[in-house]
Amino acid sequence: MTDTTETPRAGHGPQDRTGPPGGSPRLTGLRALEVDGRLLGMIGAFVVICLAFHFASDGRFITPRNLFNLTIQTASVAIMATGMVFIIVMRHIDLSVGSVLATCSAVMAMTQTAWLPALGLELGNPLLAPLAIVTGILAGAAIGALHGWLVGYLAIPAFIVTLGGLLVWRNVAWYLTNGQTIGPLDPTFMQLGGIRGTLGETWSWIVGLIAVALAVWTLWSARRDKVEHDFPVKPLWAEGVVAAIVAVLILGFVAVMNAYEIPERVLAREFRARGLEMPEGLSMGYGVPYSVLLVVLVAIGMTVIARRTRFGRYIYATGGNPDAAELSGIDIRMLTVKVFALLGALCAISAVVASARLANHSNDIGTLDELRVIAAAVIGGTALKGGVGTIYGALLGALIMQSLQSGMAMVGVDAPLQNIVVGAVLVLAVLIDIWYRRSLGVK
Amino acid sequence: MIDRSGTPLVELRDMQKSFGGIHAVNHVSIDLYPGEVVGVLGHNGAGKSVLMKMLSGALPRDGGEIYVNGEKATINSPRDARRYNIETIYQTLALADNLDAAANLFLGRELTTPFGLVDDAQMEAETRKIMGRLNPNFRRYSTPVAGLSGGQRQSVAIARAVYFNAKILIMDEPTAALGVEETRMVSELIDELKNQGIGILLIDHDIHQVKELCDRASVMKNGQLVGTVEVDKVTEDDLLGMIILGKNPAVAA
Ligand SMILES: Nc1ncnc2c1ncn2[C@@H]1O[C@H](COP(=O)(O)OP(=O)(O)OP(=O)(O)O)[C@@H](O)[C@H]1O
Ligand SMILES: [Mg+2]
Repeated sequence: MTDTTETPRAGHGPQDRTGPPGGSPRLTGLRALEVDGRLLGMIGAFVVICLAFHFASDGRFITPRNLFNLTIQTASVAIMATGMVFIIVMRHIDLSVGSVLATCSAVMAMTQTAWLPALGLELGNPLLAPLAIVTGILAGAAIGALHGWLVGYLAIPAFIVTLGGLLVWRNVAWYLTNGQTIGPLDPTFMQLGGIRGTLGETWSWIVGLIAVALAVWTLWSARRDKVEHDFPVKPLWAEGVVAAIVAVLILGFVAVMNAYEIPERVLAREFRARGLEMPEGLSMGYGVPYSVLLVVLVAIGMTVIARRTRFGRYIYATGGNPDAAELSGIDIRMLTVKVFALLGALCAISAVVASARLANHSNDIGTLDELRVIAAAVIGGTALKGGVGTIYGALLGALIMQSLQSGMAMVGVDAPLQNIVVGAVLVLAVLIDIWYRRSLGVK
Repeated sequence: MIDRSGTPLVELRDMQKSFGGIHAVNHVSIDLYPGEVVGVLGHNGAGKSVLMKMLSGALPRDGGEIYVNGEKATINSPRDARRYNIETIYQTLALADNLDAAANLFLGRELTTPFGLVDDAQMEAETRKIMGRLNPNFRRYSTPVAGLSGGQRQSVAIARAVYFNAKILIMDEPTAALGVEETRMVSELIDELKNQGIGILLIDHDIHQVKELCDRASVMKNGQLVGTVEVDKVTEDDLLGMIILGKNPAVAA
């Protein structure tokens, strides 16, 4: 190791003598919060984008209606992006996610409109949606496992395997449906698409409060673990500030989703359908869409996998140094199969959200999603050289991409120019990331 | 003095490995007794690392047998070797740069909570304990090891071997990246482990150090074993002769 900043004896360097043994010097102010600089930067970028479009569109961007639409448009890409993080962390890539999404969507559309009805389950049967979703997830996981096997066991580069997959699965989807648009889908199934299925105001608040409680408990138990082992902890006020910020963000989000009101005629139709009279002056908000709840659950699950399971630890270790991982007894080939299968399953979940939102399966569903998903992960700080990447980063990356796209559509930017801007932003984001890492002194 | 009347801790018999046409290891046999340090010497490319990697399960062997405590051992993967309490400190440090010291130390053998989740706090506590013994000046527990100096990284690799109760320890040039003081620390550690009855195979290019630390030395040249000698019975020049000329001294072990 040649190391210009530290001598091999750095263990005795003066910087190691400061502070009490085993502890770090007391931090004050912002540094005591120990927040991640990259996270702040991304949130800052998102806020700037929102404000810019808000003014450019005469105040139409930061409205409950637009923010509601933004979240349901982001959902499908966001779910896949969490899986793409693991793939890229392992130094692979998956170019086939848009096509795999299409095949899963075709499988699920055919399951609920043709295959199961042929067995006697009519559209509208409550079993239809769950059965279709399970079938889709199994199909997605199987396709992913096949990709992983080709990459891990037969050592074909992931770029090639999934480039092939991009063509194969798009057209397998075509054969499954004979190239036809399949719809309308099962009503229960379509509730997972966004506006057709939301929690309503009361349940949104309940779920929001549960989320706050969970977040506070997570922070508290992390602190308790540290105290138990006599590790340095943040000052209590800093923990409090972090908890308060998290609570405000969660409940603020719920408030915004609740503030988007169901139009009066839609409400009236609902009441009429149930044979009831609509009370005068009644107004109701949509609340948090099921699809967004799904994104949150996937993100929590993936974060737990990344940070707290052996599976996740091995993914990051392999990305950091495949030889070290192998010498530590990790079965890298099997790990590759599992990681690709996981992304395949997530593609199927995205397919549920995407086809339910459109109310049908169409041939071009998911087209170009591979680029959006990779861009979301990369803008979110996932390094293509492997070993580094976070789930929350990918979510924010997806949100930033989508807000740029919808914002430009809102202010009337031509479609070709929209794509030019998104492409340029991707490159710029990576450049900023490189500068940021360099400023931290990381290679 | 080492008592070599019982069964050896580990015996490599007639080990062979070739890459293409090159015989990297050509019918080599060595053994190691409890509490003994055996130096494995030879010029660059002599086959020392390949021989050790066959013992640690990192490379499959073409031929030969491994005996641990007199019984034939099946070692086909690093996991197998760990089961026999064979721990290795590799020449090219086997650390994942993006993970911190504790995650590296426990890689592949994580401590978990009752729910099966990895217990980072517990692992860090254990890491602090063992590092406090091996390298008391080590402080950087929560940064990725990429940011550590060569010596600090080496101490993480050594801590890993020591923590998991190695009975047979393979050290492939453990002090190559170290400063004077860290080298002295490693020497003391080797003595301490030796007293606990651990057998150590030490690859080292420093003849002087080999004379000081090892009980016996096995010298390799072009994949073949030149001979094994007791270091106290030969001079540094004898050892150099074996390494460079492949010539056995008058007093062989
Ligand atoms: N994975 C491999 N593939 C092909 N050839 C290899 C491989 N590993 C080692 N060799 C060859 O085997 C021979 C022995 O290599 P080895 O690494 O054992 O040398 P060494 O004695 O450890 O040398 P050094 O002192 O430089 O570390 C060399 O000729 C090397 O080129
Ligand atoms: Mg070597």
